[in-house]
Amino acid sequence: MKLCILSGKGGTGKTTLAVNLAYTLNCAYYDCDVEEPNGFIFLNPTAVSFEETLVDYPCVDYSLCTLCKDCVTACQFNALAATKKEILLFKELCHGCHACSLACKEGAITFRKRAIGVVEKGIGHGIFTARGVLNIGEPMAVPVIKHLLKQLKSSEDAILDCAPGTSCNAVTTLRHADAALIVTEPTVFGLNDMEIAVELLNHVGLPFAALINKSRGEDSLITEYCSKNGINLLGVIPFSKEAAIAYSKGKLLLELPEYKLAFEALSKQLKEAFAWN
Amino acid sequence: MIAISSTGNTESALSDPRFGRCEYFALYEPKTETYTFIENKAQSASGGAGIAASQQIIDLGAEVILTGNLGPNAYNVLKGAGIRAFRTSAVLVSEAVELYKAGRLSPLDEAGDAHAGMRKGFRGGFENK
Repeated sequence: MKLCILSGKGGTGKTTLAVNLAYTLNCAYYDCDVEEPNGFIFLNPTAVSFEETLVDYPCVDYSLCTLCKDCVTACQFNALAATKKEILLFKELCHGCHACSLACKEGAITFRKRAIGVVEKGIGHGIFTARGVLNIGEPMAVPVIKHLLKQLKSSEDAILDCAPGTSCNAVTTLRHADAALIVTEPTVFGLNDMEIAVELLNHVGLPFAALINKSRGEDSLITEYCSKNGINLLGVIPFSKEAAIAYSKGKLLLELPEYKLAFEALSKQLKEAFAWN
Repeated sequence: MIAISSTGNTESALSDPRFGRCEYFALYEPKTETYTFIENKAQSASGGAGIAASQQIIDLGAEVILTGNLGPNAYNVLKGAGIRAFRTSAVLVSEAVELYKAGRLSPLDEAGDAHAGMRKGFRGGFENK
């Protein structure tokens, strides 16, 4: 079972839920929020190995190039421009799709590789942990997420800690999941972005359930939406100052007895909801 | 030929301080003193609008561009193609051309902020005054 934790809205507690669930379920943890991965702060893995994420970018052989601009026209990402003297490349915009070389009749385009991020793996709190880290200034996260999720073994149980939102970053992670858990908060923003996440999950056809985090006992906004739309609401994680303090110190909430019980109950319900053996 | 980033397709339209995401390019031919107008194909590009707009300016054969701001990518493409850029404020297209001919526009000799034309709502790219 690969379970994706997503939220729509940022800051609802995806990582908090994901690291505590991974530990409770004794399964692997993958931090797929490569633009700002923070799961390692809580799982604190040691003996971390590194592997760079490499993407292709085109190089022009000017002994063959006729400056016909077919490569510029073929590029769907405006990563190339042609002057009378040369072809200019804007590497950050290049998706490494090779359309330019397919369009080039002269065979003047070859590819080199550059690193846009890194995949890190280690053992933290006794479980396998991995994350992708996108280099600062790089706009394209998907290759790093794909590289990270290549490490998934078909037999392993894993929690995939998704990026916020419903963009390519979230979709790429969902493509590797068997089921999803939406973490929301009982606010208007939480509901609005949850609705968008539900739309995405229905579109990709993944089974999913929902969970309310940071509850202060007034959850009707979310509970009514879930019952109206037939969404399995697995439970409620309460807000408390103690939890916020533990979080701010990089501790697992499991160190607090009431949260340990809550996560054990949630794990059981998750396994039942998704027939996870 | 002189290109001007423009909000409309007549010479009495306001020039557009945004380059990559302007609606039209006005093309002024000094020899005949006539204007033609071309839609900016890069206007709704999901990314790299400045680069694609620069390519269009190169392909149209303009030697000069009058606009409000050039991002770093557009600046580098136009510079690489030897096209000279001059800064205009939000004046009419015809006024921008007259100011250029009178030598009263300063050259854009460094790149401005990236994505300047995507901020500040409909006033995108206008300098605060």
